[in-house]
Amino acid sequence: MNTRALPLYATIAIFLLAYLLAWTQFPNILSTRVVGNLLTDNAYLGIVAVGMTLVILSGGIDLSVGSVIAFSGVFIAVVLRDTGLHPLVVFALLLLLTTAFGAGMGFLIDRLAMPAFIVTLAGMFLARGAAYMLSIQSVPIQHPFYQTLQGAYYLMPGKGRLTLIGVLMLLVVVLGMVIAHRTRFGASVYALGGGEQTARLMGVRQGRTTVLVYAFSGAMAGLSGIVFSVYTGSGYSLATVGTELTAIAAVVIGGTLLTGGAGYVFGTLVGVLTMGLIQTYIVFDGSLSSWWTKIVIGLLLLVFILLQKGLLKLSGSRLAGGAA
Amino acid sequence: MTLLTRIAPQLIALAALIALVSLFFPGFLAVDVSGGRLVGPVIDVLKRGAPVALLAVGMTLVIATRGIDLSVGAIMAICGAAAALSISSGLGLVPALLVALAAGAVAGLWNGVLVAVVGIQPFVATLILMTMGRGVAQLITEGRILTFSDPGFAWLGSGVLLGLPVPTWIWILTAAAVGLAVRRTALGLLIESVGVNRRASALAGVNATLLLIAVYVLSGLCAALAGIVETADIRGADANNAGLWLELDAILAVVIGGNSLMGGRFSIVASILGALIIQTIGTGILLAGFPSEYNLVIKAALVLIILVLQSPRIAAEWNLWRESHRVQPRERRRT
Repeated sequence: MNTRALPLYATIAIFLLAYLLAWTQFPNILSTRVVGNLLTDNAYLGIVAVGMTLVILSGGIDLSVGSVIAFSGVFIAVVLRDTGLHPLVVFALLLLLTTAFGAGMGFLIDRLAMPAFIVTLAGMFLARGAAYMLSIQSVPIQHPFYQTLQGAYYLMPGKGRLTLIGVLMLLVVVLGMVIAHRTRFGASVYALGGGEQTARLMGVRQGRTTVLVYAFSGAMAGLSGIVFSVYTGSGYSLATVGTELTAIAAVVIGGTLLTGGAGYVFGTLVGVLTMGLIQTYIVFDGSLSSWWTKIVIGLLLLVFILLQKGLLKLSGSRLAGGAA
Repeated sequence: MTLLTRIAPQLIALAALIALVSLFFPGFLAVDVSGGRLVGPVIDVLKRGAPVALLAVGMTLVIATRGIDLSVGAIMAICGAAAALSISSGLGLVPALLVALAAGAVAGLWNGVLVAVVGIQPFVATLILMTMGRGVAQLITEGRILTFSDPGFAWLGSGVLLGLPVPTWIWILTAAAVGLAVRRTALGLLIESVGVNRRASALAGVNATLLLIAVYVLSGLCAALAGIVETADIRGADANNAGLWLELDAILAVVIGGNSLMGGRFSIVASILGALIIQTIGTGILLAGFPSEYNLVIKAALVLIILVLQSPRIAAEWNLWRESHRVQPRERRRT
């Protein structure tokens, strides 16, 4: 069996087991309403986590995404308030902006040969500061098009709502899977995460791949910002503080190696849903306080990192054993 | 290299900054005596800069070992909450402070064990506590903002000793104690050696594992002090906002202090100057009448500039360029 896929199987098993346990306590948790909400509530996180998966696969990290989501919301709200542009035009402008922002960070990481986390830390300050400069107050979005977007859902049997943004997240996951597993760019990303030297010897264009990976993450953060603004109906510069950490946690729980080079985009979806499930369970239970979410997510993160450590050691010793 | 040449860039930057702020706000350097205490913008910088300066002391050593501690903000929240809870539940001042310091030490121990024994990359290991820490702090405060009215504890945040604010004394004494401990003994050298090459220093007989754990524990203790100062200052423990983003300020202070993120040689004095530079920017922006939103953007620009200066690639190209200029005249003389 492929040891690389073990964390993924472990994640899926844990998710199913957790769902089963929750179901024995609250049978309603399997209703389409809850499932629909699980997708809707975590849509923005799922989208940004797909971008983060690729970044982590390439051996990097992107700490700026939470700020970029907040910036996107404020940008959309302020532009819609102050100009007569159609939201779709604003979306296009925003995606262009965040993609360029990501590409810029990728360029700096590659050119300066500095750790990705410190460059994206600067990006985090910059995006959050730009959001502050646009508006400190929460800006409501009252464009009629937004009501259309918010009202767009498919009524599943059992009255569950499969919303537009929920479906969009699933589509983005599929897109991420295709990019990561079926394209030359995806192969370059894996190679880069596996080892820069090897990747260069293989003929991977390191600079181009790095720039593209962060550009993709920036685009996903922008898209996630759009989804978040549809979800909340406003733009607020203090929103989504710490989302970058939640996204990283989702990616790691989804079985992607934090050192890069191994993992699956699908696992990230399971990771996001697992975190959503924890939150839903806490809401269902009612007696647990919401801050348990953070503690449980932190512990899950630790467990999966330890699992990865163990697996790496295992495959390392197997390799050594095979050589001897 | 003497200390003065080492910290010259930071001193020049700080002086230039003060000159710039004085242009917008002429009374920046004015210090008055009012009711037995010194009053003025500079004193304010020395006081408000206390949390970042304290964090920077611990962070300098962590970064010198080629690590990073992202959890210090969360540890501040935990320790502030622990201190406030102890005080409001009737423990005395000294036991409450000990509880807070113990909480910081335990948090640092957790980080240190994950990094040194389990072998997780530092920024991932401390990320776990960064995510969990605020949850733990909220668990302690039960989601409320714990307020208290103990005059002794509040004195730590807003009191005055010999004319200077107490928080200023706390960071000066902490920095001096740690600075002497690492520079008057071989400790600093050993920390640097672990940062340059952990395996080699372990082979040379340095107890790298113990040293790494100790460094993270110290960072936890510094965060505990910072948490105590902040909690005492606002007379309440806010699990959500105490120390929010201060980890980034602390890292920035260390980096402005010219310490390399790649580990190795470090200077605590330079990091403290870095913390003062950050605080001067913050205070200066407010005094000059700019909205405080500019603060983050300016910090981002600062990080970028320092990154360019520290970049190994650019340094290599610069050296190459300088070498080529140095060699050419000599060759000309020979021919």
